[in-house]
Amino acid sequence: MSPTLTDASPVFTDPADSLAIMERTRSTAETFGIPLAVLAELTHRCPLQCPYCSNPVELDRGSTELTTDEWKKVLSELAEIGVLQIHFSGGEPTARKDIVELVQHATDVGLYSNLITSAVLLTLDKLSALADAGLCHVQISFQGNEPVVADRVGGYRNGHVKKLEVAKWTRELDLPLTVNAVMHRQNLHQLADIIQMAVDLDADRLEVANVQYYGWALKNRAALMPTIDQIDETSRIVEDAQVRLKGILDIDYVVPDYYALRPKKCMGGWGRQFFNISPSGKILPCHAAETITGMEFESVRSNHSIAWIWQNSEAFNRYRGTGWMPEPCQSCEFKEIDFGGCRCQAFALTGDAGNTDPACTLSPRHAEIFKLAETESTEGRDRFIYRNFKGGTLEPDADDVHGR
Amino acid sequence: MTELRSNRRISVSEASKPILPRHARLKFDETRQRWVILAPERVLAPDDIAVEILQLCDGERNVADIIDLLVAKYAAPRDDIGTDVVAMLQDLADKGFLTQAREKTA
Repeated sequence: MSPTLTDASPVFTDPADSLAIMERTRSTAETFGIPLAVLAELTHRCPLQCPYCSNPVELDRGSTELTTDEWKKVLSELAEIGVLQIHFSGGEPTARKDIVELVQHATDVGLYSNLITSAVLLTLDKLSALADAGLCHVQISFQGNEPVVADRVGGYRNGHVKKLEVAKWTRELDLPLTVNAVMHRQNLHQLADIIQMAVDLDADRLEVANVQYYGWALKNRAALMPTIDQIDETSRIVEDAQVRLKGILDIDYVVPDYYALRPKKCMGGWGRQFFNISPSGKILPCHAAETITGMEFESVRSNHSIAWIWQNSEAFNRYRGTGWMPEPCQSCEFKEIDFGGCRCQAFALTGDAGNTDPACTLSPRHAEIFKLAETESTEGRDRFIYRNFKGGTLEPDADDVHGR
Repeated sequence: MTELRSNRRISVSEASKPILPRHARLKFDETRQRWVILAPERVLAPDDIAVEILQLCDGERNVADIIDLLVAKYAAPRDDIGTDVVAMLQDLADKGFLTQAREKTA
């Protein structure tokens, strides 16, 4: 006898993971098994205005959001078709007044629930109520390790101090905590301190996620793109911490693909192991998929079941597998390794989501785009365009702002 | 008050009384017809023997009791089973998905 625990989860936050053991054991009649985990973006409303927000530039208005009853029906249906985990995200999921009710419903139908939050709207009472409703895990985003940088990046005064407080409450309630740190040129100098902050907060996991450049982040690329020296330093700091903190803090590292040789296996491949549901109920192959204009995504409000949309809808099938691939992907030995990279990035940078992701050195556009990004990283254009429902607001010039 | 995680890293021995913490849930997945452990951002797929061991981890039995039960059931050498059980539980503990029943204070 030799008992084993295989990691069965190719979750969307871990692009390095291989195919699930469950994919290999599923029936051959099913072409693509129902994902183990689904991201529910309950709302695009958010008090923060991070310039790299992963939501589409065209945000869903509050009036178009699914109702409490619609979300409950969705959660029940997800559990029924075999989804095991639900990630409540946004926008800011706690901006929904029914968040406790939705977590309770997820618990009632047997889903393992995760709250992905900016934390700034949470009170101790609300967090306790979420724990009582069966919440299993909390992930809090941090924009830096101290208020000056963090509150500027988030565009929200006193946000950092509030996040620290909520992180402490999370652990006091004995909920496991993940610290999510999105990194870019203007906060990478704080990385070592952010790692220590996660240890001090008694977090279980730390996600060090370099910004991915589409949507809002692409608008802000000149202000966010790290320099090559920063990236070298970042990899060194993360690798050192992964060894030093083994068994204390689990660190997931998302490398910036602009500076990689091979593209990331985005979402584990389009329509292979992940989908998310937008605030208005669209079922998307990735949380950024709506940045690809001209694609039609089906909604939970349609007459089709969620399972049908996953298996049969045109959007999910368009870039599934390898048949759709152009050269240089089609004859590439890595085509089933990275599935041609990221469709959203291919669209954002080349205008066609069906092209090879320019992050790949084999893309004919790679040299040109890499050169541009490298140049942008050294030009010192640091002002952000803040994310909001008005289509973005340019940060005031530093010379015009007192007290910065 | 919560202890710092670094202070509660578990070293599994035959005297340990292991139990899954609330954030690691052993569940039978009806759709895929297999056992899974649901954990933050992960789903682990324990094999049949790991499931059998975990079902015996109730926070009251210690690891020695669990080994004895398996030795009786499988008629295998105690050393072999003991080594495997401790290794599997330590693996789970290192991932942060195993805790110990609190010692009752008098």
